[in-house]
Amino acid sequence: MTRVDVAVQGLRKSFGDTLALDGIDLEIRSGELFGFLGPDGAGKTTLLRILATLMRPDEGTARVLDRDVVRDMWELRRLVGYMPGRFSLYPDLTVEENLRFFATAFGTTVEKQYEVIAPIYRQIEPFKTRRAGALSGGMKQKLALSCALVHRPEILLLDEPTTGVDAVSRREFWDLLADMRAGGLTIVVSTPYMDEADRCDRVALVQRGRTLAIDPPGEIVARYPLPLLAVKGGDRPGLLRELRDFPHVHSAFPFGETLHYADNRTGGDPAGIAGELTAYLTKRGLPEAVVVPETPGIEDAFMLLMVTADGPDLAGGAA
Amino acid sequence: MSTPRKAVVARDLTRRFGDFTAVDAISFEVAQGEVFGFLGANGAGKTTAIRMLTGLLGPTSGSAEVAGHDVGREPELVKRAIGYMSQRFSLYEDLTVRENITLFAGIYGLSDLEIRRRTEDLLERLQLGPQAGSLVRSLPLGWRQKLAFSVALVHGPAVVFLDEPTGGVDPITRRQFWEMIYQAAAEGTTVFVTTHYMDEAEYCDRLSIMVDGRIAAIGTPAEVKREFDAESIEDAFVQLVRPEATP
Amino acid sequence: MRELLGFMTKEFHHILRDRRTLAILLLLPVAQVLLFGFAVRTDIREIRLAVVDPSPDTATIDLQSRFQGTDLFHLVRHETHTAGLQDLFQRRLIDMALVFPVDFGASLDRAGGADLLVITDTTDPNTGSARQTYARNVIDRWTRERGQASGSVRIVPQVRMDFNPTLESVNLFVPGLIAVLLTVVSALMSAITLSREKETGTLEVLLVSPLRPWQIISGKVLPYLALGFLNVVSVLVAARVVFGVPIRGSIVLLLAECLLFIVTSLALGVLMAAVTGSQRTAMIGAIMGLMMPTVLLSGMIFPVSSMPGWLQVVSHGVPGKWFLLISRGIMLKGVGIEYLWRETAILAGMTLVFLGAALRAFSPRLD
Repeated sequence: MTRVDVAVQGLRKSFGDTLALDGIDLEIRSGELFGFLGPDGAGKTTLLRILATLMRPDEGTARVLDRDVVRDMWELRRLVGYMPGRFSLYPDLTVEENLRFFATAFGTTVEKQYEVIAPIYRQIEPFKTRRAGALSGGMKQKLALSCALVHRPEILLLDEPTTGVDAVSRREFWDLLADMRAGGLTIVVSTPYMDEADRCDRVALVQRGRTLAIDPPGEIVARYPLPLLAVKGGDRPGLLRELRDFPHVHSAFPFGETLHYADNRTGGDPAGIAGELTAYLTKRGLPEAVVVPETPGIEDAFMLLMVTADGPDLAGGAA
Repeated sequence: MSTPRKAVVARDLTRRFGDFTAVDAISFEVAQGEVFGFLGANGAGKTTAIRMLTGLLGPTSGSAEVAGHDVGREPELVKRAIGYMSQRFSLYEDLTVRENITLFAGIYGLSDLEIRRRTEDLLERLQLGPQAGSLVRSLPLGWRQKLAFSVALVHGPAVVFLDEPTGGVDPITRRQFWEMIYQAAAEGTTVFVTTHYMDEAEYCDRLSIMVDGRIAAIGTPAEVKREFDAESIEDAFVQLVRPEATP
Repeated sequence: MRELLGFMTKEFHHILRDRRTLAILLLLPVAQVLLFGFAVRTDIREIRLAVVDPSPDTATIDLQSRFQGTDLFHLVRHETHTAGLQDLFQRRLIDMALVFPVDFGASLDRAGGADLLVITDTTDPNTGSARQTYARNVIDRWTRERGQASGSVRIVPQVRMDFNPTLESVNLFVPGLIAVLLTVVSALMSAITLSREKETGTLEVLLVSPLRPWQIISGKVLPYLALGFLNVVSVLVAARVVFGVPIRGSIVLLLAECLLFIVTSLALGVLMAAVTGSQRTAMIGAIMGLMMPTVLLSGMIFPVSSMPGWLQVVSHGVPGKWFLLISRGIMLKGVGIEYLWRETAILAGMTLVFLGAALRAFSPRLD
């Protein structure tokens, strides 16, 4: 029976008129790499802040490492590693000085904890005398991660650590997270990037203060009920227009190179529908279109869940 | 004003800060009505390049023409002819939707009649009529970004620069945003956009990837993928930015 | 032109919608004007008088009552010899003393006239000479009405030059300068450094660590204690060496009191940071709310005794006022803790209150 490191029940939090969290229930097991996936304003930061003991919920309870986030605040702060959304280290201190400060604040030293942070710190060590403000985005994230880890926390809470960072640095960061998880550390990460979901053991899809799903990414995707097809070739705006005109369309959206078409006939046969679509598009003057069945990804699932939760005003094209 | 054939032309555009070269003699062209993706890793020089193209920073050497005006010698004319929207700042949060539109329209010198007309037109197109008197602060992020984009276009610029316009926005709104981009391009506006979403790179007509101040790849998405034998733009990107990571 | 108008309209919107800053910008100057108007009184309102009359006769009693009959002079002490005068002056119970000779009345009618010793406290040279002039006027009028020949009362003016022998305004100014300097450096700096952490977001990371609020505050603010101390020492050295300003009392006591006042100012700065949201507001608050009252109400430029009663009460709440009394006492009058224990206790009490409030205001959470 694995230990439960985070247990949240009925969590609610408002800021003035805005409801940030609208009744969250979830559990995170020890050693999991857990993702909060959702756009800005979904409530991810508020949730992480409550778990990090930085805020009090209005309603509901949250227990981290079997301690209450409100009552056992001081105890938890020794055990939790937290990396907030913006770059929150001191730009006028060097890399080394920042790390040293955070080690001391937690009652330890860099030397004592070196092996814990080494895999990350080694990548920025050549720049250790550079002012933190002068580092590139990717290096700043690595420094912030090192500072969050330096006191050997039992759980790591990372708030959008890859935002604003280029695709390559994002990949490297997630490689680091995977290494740490392999070492047994429980990691909770929030991110707006849907493609990062696949790197988590389980994800919670968050939208407007509520969770749309909490499962391993593979399972969320497997539950996608509609036939999904990828359409490619030729006049993209034209394709989009015609697809949205098709009688059985549920949604049609651009997805990188292709367009994803979702049919509203649940359980329908993708191959058959592909044939239908090709014929339809040819009739509409788009013979060069290529239609093939497509396996849904997390982003498809999220978009479907969003629409179901919020109603159709978010789906479809621009006005 | 005659419409230039090329919306943006850069010739050996260079910018140095002391002995650090941020932008190293980049040259490229963007045609009118094109959606051009400007990609690169953090610190590759993208922001500096955009600052030069929008007339905010003068080039150390080389030149660039945007909407027919030289960025070094006529920055003020460049600013008049372009629209700009960035992720960090787009609209004033403590002003209402209508006030923002009217303000920016006024700043770009539209007549009162024009301002009124375009404001109503914009509100209708975005279906923001009921929120016209609400503070921008109260709009969800996705709507704010869409509004900001429309405001950047309110004075009918020839070229609009978008700096990571869809950061942190939900996947549906992101796509709606890109449909707005397509529409603007179809109406003749050139869209110059930077993004960290690699799938968005595929939506562009042409794109370039900057590495260490130079342009390492340029062309249509298909051309770039072919050149680097890559399955996706992301793969090509990784190859260029971290050559040692590629097997 | 339209662009300009559009931009100006926007700025008006920003201003009108930021209620807090608007209140500061509109209300505070009005408050300042009122403060200035009431505080800036260089005219004398009251002169406390001690009379030493070893051998009372009709003349001495008559002259005394003449003084008492004015609105300006208040007879607060009546002695028979001069022994206690020094003490009365040092404890600031009197501003002026009239010392009659043994046979004043009789001497008046004699050829040489009578000597009347008038001792004035001129620690503040402006008020000192004004007081002397008022006293002289009363005496002259009295002699005339009596039908004496003018000049039959020879006024022997003596000033309490011990306090400020050369009547140097710099001597008066330096203790006040130290007060303002320490207020500004300590309060302003501590307010700014704390609100900057709030603004940049690094406070979030600090809060989530095991560091308690008092540790965070102390860690950020104590370096300014050292800085403030350095400031005091350098100002004193400069004042001493360049201008010859005296330090008659114990230097150790002076420095100790300065340390106390620095802590007071730091505590106020922390309080300011805790209640304001941004660096900018903290700065405005520190300048308008701490520095200006110190300059206006501490007594460093405008005498407190000349202010209306209600404002004098308000000035009791300004820590700078108490520090000024202490520093002037030590530097110019050379008194020790026996005379200043009350002021020191008040200052220490204020410090504890501010520290307590500051700590309470600093939450270990973000909300």
